[in-house]
Amino acid sequence: MRRRALGLRMASVAVVAFLYFPILLVATYAFTDQAGSFRFPPSGFTLRWFGTAARNPAIWEAMRLSLVVAAGATTIALVLGSLLAAAVYRTRFFGRETVSFLVVLPIALPGIVTGIALRSTLALGEIPFSTWTIIVGHATFCIVVVYNNVLARYRRLQASLTEASMDLGASGWQTFRHVTLPHLGTALLAGGLLSFALSFDEIIVTTFVAGQQTTLPIWIFSSLVRPRARPVTNVVALVVILVTAVPILLAQRLAGGRAAGGVAARGG
Amino acid sequence: MTGPTRFLPEPRVSVPIERGADRRISAIFYRRPWLKLLLMLAPGLLWLGVLYLGSLLSLIVQGLYRLEEFTGLVVRQVSLATYQELLQPANLDIIFRTTGMAAAVTLACAVIAFPIAYYMAKFASSRTKTVLYLAVLMPLWMSYLVRVYSWKFILAKEGVLPWFVERLGLAPALDFLLGLPGVGGNSLSTSLIGMWLVFVYTWLPFMILPLAAALERVPDSFVEASGDLGARPPQTFRKVILPLALPGLVAGSIFTFSLTLGDFIIPTIIGNSAFFLGSQVLVQQGTAGNLPLAAAFSAVPMVVMVLYLSGAKRLGAFEAL
Repeated sequence: MRRRALGLRMASVAVVAFLYFPILLVATYAFTDQAGSFRFPPSGFTLRWFGTAARNPAIWEAMRLSLVVAAGATTIALVLGSLLAAAVYRTRFFGRETVSFLVVLPIALPGIVTGIALRSTLALGEIPFSTWTIIVGHATFCIVVVYNNVLARYRRLQASLTEASMDLGASGWQTFRHVTLPHLGTALLAGGLLSFALSFDEIIVTTFVAGQQTTLPIWIFSSLVRPRARPVTNVVALVVILVTAVPILLAQRLAGGRAAGGVAARGG
Repeated sequence: MTGPTRFLPEPRVSVPIERGADRRISAIFYRRPWLKLLLMLAPGLLWLGVLYLGSLLSLIVQGLYRLEEFTGLVVRQVSLATYQELLQPANLDIIFRTTGMAAAVTLACAVIAFPIAYYMAKFASSRTKTVLYLAVLMPLWMSYLVRVYSWKFILAKEGVLPWFVERLGLAPALDFLLGLPGVGGNSLSTSLIGMWLVFVYTWLPFMILPLAAALERVPDSFVEASGDLGARPPQTFRKVILPLALPGLVAGSIFTFSLTLGDFIIPTIIGNSAFFLGSQVLVQQGTAGNLPLAAAFSAVPMVVMVLYLSGAKRLGAFEAL
């Protein structure tokens, strides 16, 4: 089978180039002098848009809100996701499949469905929009990320280890604290990082549960219709890419290869 | 914690064998495993089962209400009037346009994903495989809004693609394409063609990964046997590889299809002002203030996806996720 497969290799290189070329473009335009134009080729290297962006209080406020929401949603997802994973891994019970299905549902359904469903509940319950409504919305689809990572790691935990711990006289809590938790550690961290990245740049669900509040992605989205804001938009876009890329790369290393979020862990 | 490779915790002689409350609690849970299970399941199930499923239910109920046209207020009175509104020609138009786009996007993703997925599964060295896997996975998690926005630089009239097209002397071909009724437009970034390109770009990783996973499970010996028995490569592809990779294709298509159905970012940033399901939901719940109609519209992708998923389940797609 290991022929040289030149055609396939070239196709692969082309697809990877296709995936990254647009992202490189955004990065390039953040450093150019052409205010508000999509003109190619770009010209005039400058760093001044970074200064302009840094002096804009609206961007800092949006950034703050996005960080708060991502941290809150990730915390909730870590607790709920790992508890569910533990329950599903340890015990066979009636409705086990249903739990897995329920966890995946928020990302298996299109983003607008999750968004408008929560929006509709807020309307029916006459609940006002707040930072909490965004956190709740994000946590709902972040649970699956933690769940998948932790469950994958649980499956690699040998039952003999926990049994040995119990045989040696450790209590359930001690076994969890000294055997299970160290084993799960990096999976929890990877799941947390991924869910942070997912929440930080989420826009579809956010649009429905944020009301008048502006997260960073919403700021970008609303600035797209203002051509004068475009150079600053490019800078913010670059920042968002960097802020999300770092946790993703870290999570990949921590989870060891393919464990962290195959496609199933990521929806719209 | 020293790293992912560490498996056993260091022996801790200092850990005491406790006899106190801790042990009693352990014993309680040991005797009543269902209690422990219940405590572990309760928070997550309450969240997803009550809050989320409840929300989905409220969405369906919301669609049963209707908007009083004169007052602009939502009448909380159960009827099918709002769902019937979906059958108006303009709304059917939106539903068909969106579903058609989702199908076109899925098809293109499958075609583009196949070669790289096949290369990843069958030819790449394990190092290359890791690199390719990461290269495909990164965009999947990266800011999708920014990835969509980046295409403005490519598709705009003064952007990258028209620039190259002109240098290559292909301008007439592009003009012809943009002149096509229905799918064309003023420039690529305001046409359905451009929108289709961006959809394909954005969801492509979701197709590549499950497909590569499925292809990896196709035994090399099957492919060799097919060749030995005299099948030409296209025949082997059609009769052996494709059927075995089908679960992966279906799994990937669940994402490309579902994500396209429910998206309003791409139709807003790229494309003409023709309505798609997602943008229609957004407008109805926002500026139009017609939450019942928005809810009714979002029932469409739900129904389409349920049909799609039950079909996919039959093809065994869930094992390939």
